[in-house]
Amino acid sequence: MTAPAPAPSRPRKTPPPRATGVRVLRDGLLWTGGAALLVLSVAVAVTIGPARISVPDVWSTVGAHLGLGESRLTPIRDGIIWNLRMPRTLLAAVCGAGLAVCGTVMQSLLRNPLADPFVLGVSSGASTGAVAVVVLGVGGGAVSVSAGAFLGALCSFALVLLLSHTLGGTTDRVVLSGVAAMQLFSALTSFVVMTAADAEQTRGVLFWLLGSLSGVGWSDVWVCAAVLAVALLVCLGHARTLDAFVFGQEAAASLGVHVGRTRLVLLCTTALLTAALVSSAGAIGFVGLVLPHAARALTGSGHRRLLPVTALAGAVFLVWVDTLARTVLDPQEVPVGVVTALIGVPAFVLVLYRTRRNP
Amino acid sequence: MTATDREGLRAAGVKREAGGRLVLDGVDLAPPPGATVGLIGPNGSGKSTLLRIMAGVLAPHAGTVTLDGRTLAETGRRTVARRVAVVDQHAVTQVELSVLDVVRLGRIPHRRAWSAAGPEDEEAVREALERTGLADHAGQSWHTLSGGERQRVQIARALAQRPRELLLDEPTNHLDIQHQLELLALVAALPVTAVIALHDLNLAAMFCDRITVMAHGKVVAAGTPSEVLTRELIAEVYRVRAVVTDDGPDGRPSVRFLPGAPLGSLPGSQSEPLPGSQSGDAPPAATTAAPPGTGR
Repeated sequence: MTAPAPAPSRPRKTPPPRATGVRVLRDGLLWTGGAALLVLSVAVAVTIGPARISVPDVWSTVGAHLGLGESRLTPIRDGIIWNLRMPRTLLAAVCGAGLAVCGTVMQSLLRNPLADPFVLGVSSGASTGAVAVVVLGVGGGAVSVSAGAFLGALCSFALVLLLSHTLGGTTDRVVLSGVAAMQLFSALTSFVVMTAADAEQTRGVLFWLLGSLSGVGWSDVWVCAAVLAVALLVCLGHARTLDAFVFGQEAAASLGVHVGRTRLVLLCTTALLTAALVSSAGAIGFVGLVLPHAARALTGSGHRRLLPVTALAGAVFLVWVDTLARTVLDPQEVPVGVVTALIGVPAFVLVLYRTRRNP
Repeated sequence: MTATDREGLRAAGVKREAGGRLVLDGVDLAPPPGATVGLIGPNGSGKSTLLRIMAGVLAPHAGTVTLDGRTLAETGRRTVARRVAVVDQHAVTQVELSVLDVVRLGRIPHRRAWSAAGPEDEEAVREALERTGLADHAGQSWHTLSGGERQRVQIARALAQRPRELLLDEPTNHLDIQHQLELLALVAALPVTAVIALHDLNLAAMFCDRITVMAHGKVVAAGTPSEVLTRELIAEVYRVRAVVTDDGPDGRPSVRFLPGAPLGSLPGSQSEPLPGSQSGDAPPAATTAAPPGTGR
């Protein structure tokens, strides 16, 4: 019998594997803490704006609308909270959570740290769809802008899947097909806007392309939240499977994963979720790219813990970014996508710098 | 055919085509339970493809791979992954993860979709870490490990699958000689049936119970190291000149390569002394290290 092999050549001080109990406790703290932070963020973000509103006002209004007692506010202030700021803030949370989850799943599945809903061309397709409705009047008024964006996103994604399948179906082919689709649909959008739109339409389209949460209503919140819930359940159900992709598709297959089936299910789920989010809030960039990296630094690579934490982090992040976007140049509003990029890029560089490795 | 003939992992008449060329042309492989089988042959002889087909990662175009008499397709991918573990020549990831995280991947085929890791999973992981001497390094980052340590972690991950069959595709390819010996000694001592694709004939002779030689997608020889590793076979399969002596550890064959083309293509070279062919006699080149019987 061979003696146990000698210890690895570069021993260093490392913490022993954490006991299961400690890990469960820490996870519990992380999740309850994250959820509490999200609720608090929403409550505080709603109070910020031109009309002065306090956190107790928010509780009171929400309580009243949920049938718990009478609102003590005037109908106008009640309306500002319940019909303007509340849906907007909640949609910011849903979009942040959804985009971050999409980014996490795509990065793990495609083993590409740059993969996110935008790299795969989904948002470009959505913008082309929306522009077709707004500027060209496709659908003759029967199709709403959101529906146009949704259809555009699905078309673009179908094109990406078809292209990557024809080109060999490997991971890098999916990403390259996504980049190709992104360029194609961006060009189409620009072409339509340049040739057919008037100044007013151009402004509206541009605002929408950069992502904006202004003017959203409760119906947007419900639709997006429902899609997010379903998508999150599907992704969490595949958490174990996603872990298996860390050393590549073949390693995943040898760990018992049906690679093709898993990839199709998860890519379709994330594409549908992205399409739903983009059709409500426009193309908000950078959340899907940055937040997964930040969350991984917090929880490690296991998806059972990573996915919920990413969702919470994305939600809190976008709630605050949107608050900033609508107040920083008051009464002007900055497109939220501009702010996510302005904050996201330095954060991205910081995360990459901290996790850099010596060659 | 008796019942024992159908036990374990077996390839029968496996064919696979790629780019209009037969990469595998009717290959049979039936590793005896518990044995360490070396798979040798030149580049492009089909070793890797055969291992991938036997792991169920690739489907054969003809022929079958069976696990206890049932084909891999009938058995189901997850059930196969609980029995057969794979270690590749080079595992790469950009994700930040610890040794423990990697070894835990081995429990994936044993866990259900929504369940957390149970005590059996933790036990398998702990045992795998101990057997590979990694227990003290569970928290270390994958990216701080050397090539040899990474391969050891991959073997620990494979062991955490609790396999009965272990398939290794040139696992020592990127390692220095110390780590090559260490890794193969570890694998040979494991209580599993192991099939290892190897390039180094001396390592194959030293650690394998049986050797299967492949060339152009076919098995051209199979048997114990001393039956298979001969001067003639090496000349035929690799097109190189070699001297084979039986003074390796435990009297196993030891191969020394010589410059120049193989004997058959060099007229006049037949007159050279051929120590390998005089097995049993005292080899003239007695300078080689271990005398027979000293062990490893």
